[in-house]
Amino acid sequence: MSDATDATTASQAPTPDDGLRIADAEARADAGPVLAADGTPLKRSLSRALRMQKMRALMLIAPLLIFVLVTFIAPIADMLFRSVENQIVSETLPETVMALEDWDEHDAEIPGPDTFTALYIDLYLASERKLHTRLGTRLNYEQTGISSLFRKTGRRVKRFATDDYTKQFVALDPEWENPAVWVAMFEQDDLRKALPLTARTWDRWSDFLIEEEGDDPAKEKPEDILFTALYHDLTTGDQSAFTEGRLARADAAVEAFERVDLKAEFLDADKDWASLPVWQTLKIYSPEYTDGYFLNAVDMQKGLDGPEMRPESQQIYFTLLKRTLFMSLMITGSCILLGYPVAWLLANLPARTANLLMILVLLPFWTSLLVRTSAWKVMLQQQGVINDVLVWLGVVDNADRLIMINNQFGTIVAMTHILLPFMILPLYSVMQTIPPTYLRAAKSLGATNWTAFWRVYFPQSVPGIGAGSILVFILAIGYYITPEIVGGTTGTFISNRIAYHISSSLNWGLAAALGSILLAAVLLLYWAYDRIVGIDNVKLGG
Amino acid sequence: MTSADRSDAFVEFDHVQKSYDGETLVVKDLNLSIPKGEFLTMLGPSGSGKTTCLMMLAGFETATHGEIRLDGQPINNIPPHKRGIGMVFQNYALFPHMSVAENLAFPLEVRKMGKSEREAKVRRALDMVQMGEFGNRRPAQLSGGQQQRIALARALVFEPELVLMDEPLGALDKQLREHMQFEIKHISDNLGITVVYVTHDQTEALTMSDRVAVFDDGRIQQLAPPDELYESPQNSFVAQFIGENNTLEGTVQEINNGVALVRLDGGELVDAVPVNVSEPGERTRVSIRPERVEFLPDRLSPDAHTLDAEVLEFIYMGDIFRTRLRVAGRDDFIMKSRNAPDQVRLKPGERIKIGWEPSDCRALDA
Repeated sequence: MSDATDATTASQAPTPDDGLRIADAEARADAGPVLAADGTPLKRSLSRALRMQKMRALMLIAPLLIFVLVTFIAPIADMLFRSVENQIVSETLPETVMALEDWDEHDAEIPGPDTFTALYIDLYLASERKLHTRLGTRLNYEQTGISSLFRKTGRRVKRFATDDYTKQFVALDPEWENPAVWVAMFEQDDLRKALPLTARTWDRWSDFLIEEEGDDPAKEKPEDILFTALYHDLTTGDQSAFTEGRLARADAAVEAFERVDLKAEFLDADKDWASLPVWQTLKIYSPEYTDGYFLNAVDMQKGLDGPEMRPESQQIYFTLLKRTLFMSLMITGSCILLGYPVAWLLANLPARTANLLMILVLLPFWTSLLVRTSAWKVMLQQQGVINDVLVWLGVVDNADRLIMINNQFGTIVAMTHILLPFMILPLYSVMQTIPPTYLRAAKSLGATNWTAFWRVYFPQSVPGIGAGSILVFILAIGYYITPEIVGGTTGTFISNRIAYHISSSLNWGLAAALGSILLAAVLLLYWAYDRIVGIDNVKLGG
Repeated sequence: MTSADRSDAFVEFDHVQKSYDGETLVVKDLNLSIPKGEFLTMLGPSGSGKTTCLMMLAGFETATHGEIRLDGQPINNIPPHKRGIGMVFQNYALFPHMSVAENLAFPLEVRKMGKSEREAKVRRALDMVQMGEFGNRRPAQLSGGQQQRIALARALVFEPELVLMDEPLGALDKQLREHMQFEIKHISDNLGITVVYVTHDQTEALTMSDRVAVFDDGRIQQLAPPDELYESPQNSFVAQFIGENNTLEGTVQEINNGVALVRLDGGELVDAVPVNVSEPGERTRVSIRPERVEFLPDRLSPDAHTLDAEVLEFIYMGDIFRTRLRVAGRDDFIMKSRNAPDQVRLKPGERIKIGWEPSDCRALDA
């Protein structure tokens, strides 16, 4: 016992390649980068040697990678993008959005006649393209009633009295009715500059004719909106450019034209156009990107002074989110409670029996999810198997059978059953790696069965619990089918609401925002778990 | 078993039997008494029942029949954690989620020992195995030999009177194993504890033990101090299992004055000590250690029989020469001779005469 640490010295004892190692280290210290035999830096020749290998690996995964990118990642990214996208307003009502820039949503008055002119042009074109209903639906998410307002106005907008402008212009010069005149007019840049609204309206009008109708703008009769825009430009802008010709004449005469009151026309179509909230909504949701969907997803809304809570009666998502988290935790917890003993048994039984048990554990995997969930419906309903048995045993009175389905209880029971294998498998694979000698050692050192388990076995199985919990929790938080079938109204998850918005209400933006929040919650949990337990400790096998 | 044995027996197996499947006995009628302070090794091939015996003593297996007593008290129905027996496992079984010091403190903690006393004992135990610096390390950060020391310290820290070791050195390399053999032996001698040690390595058994119990087929084949075991094996299994051994088969011709004359199957005659043979005509295996075989004419006993031999192979092994001979029709007869300056180096093909002291040759069961 002369040497205190013979184990270390034994492992550090000089070996023949020590010399090589020392020489190697010296060479590295002297000569900077290590060179390969042909003089190129070793790193470069190594990466060249590995390039082929990497290329081949890439080729092997390429089909799957492309498949996933095209069919999965890209659509999901697109879907998530929808949660902030709001271009529909500025695309459908570009002139109105521009006109509203000068209007403050805090004003007590609705916007002036210029805005109504812009709205008239926008709505006219939108109704030609049949886009106004879509916009109405979009804005209806924020302000109820806008949908019908847009639909109603869309029907009326073509019958507005703006043909008065047309008549007056034509009376001044019949050539105004000739489309070729208009085409020629907007080929001149200075005219385009002098008549901006008319030029933009002409472009949109001719685009519509070419794209939607397949017509030639040079052959179609100019519409009332063009004359309205022209009237607007001539009355408001600077027309010093027109010294002679048709435009100069029109410019001179336009002051005397009879004015069409578009505001009155709109109010006549629907008196809601006089309501301030409609205009405030239009103004607030005019930017191309909005946080409105996200605010909506947490029961808030964009108010005049920034985000504000929705009225109590409209708050559902936060409750739903809390419920989803709570129920997922419950499901994870009951999976741990039920799965731990089974996994322990699996890991400690002789191989033959363990295999049989394993098949029983995996059996649910081989059955359709719908079948399993429906089976729970049969079991748990008030006239179902469990209630029948309880009544037969006399535990429960026939009159007040237990309500175990279409509520949280039913969802938790069914989902615990469905997700249990995801808890057992990681637990089992971790427990398999814990040698039984640890328990024996603990007992030989004087620990009771419980102490040996709690102090020695359990800490080592924690990585399995972690892996299983992450798996079950993440699966549970986004579960859809089971809560849909057995959840009723109180046992549904946020995912059911997402599905509703995707397929029924068609509010994809809100669905995307809810989905993004869910994704963020999962990532946050993952991050927190990594910080607290360490993701390296998660073991799914071996 | 006499009553005298019983009085100083610390550990006692009394007609112990063990069966796992109800059909075959893994341990057949084991009787063994171990006095206090003895270092006893259970040696045997795998499946011989030695580990089962150890596990029954530790309490992890129950005896199917018979009684195990510790300090006179039957312990069959006492759970392992109440037996107070220290144990060192083959793979050390150090708790990976605890530091070395926590590992050592574990048996003291479960005994509800106070913190200061606990720390003092842990320190003392670590110093005993010369690992005082390593208290804060994790087991995974230690080398195999260091882990072995910690496992030993942990088994000793709660001062058990009996320590069981289940092939504790099996995972170490040869050099370290030899070093640890001495260290374990010294510690156990210093502390005066009783040790039951299980191994399949006969060198380990011979170097460390006060007595060795050779197990085979669920029975103790021989229980004896190492020298007796080596020099006077009681049957051919022990002779074969312990050390290197030459066996020649034959029939007992006559037994006279404690010397048996055996006629080998090839017709040659040899002298041997009758161990398991009692009368002429019995079949026997004659056993002789390679290092007891002589070939120099002046070292041959004048009145003993000699055998003709042909050198097949001469192997230089440094400290010894190992010569393979053809003797009595067998090609695997080994002779070992010390590498001394005057030693003769034989060449293959040479014909020599070999012989031995009759007392070195044992006529065992066939």
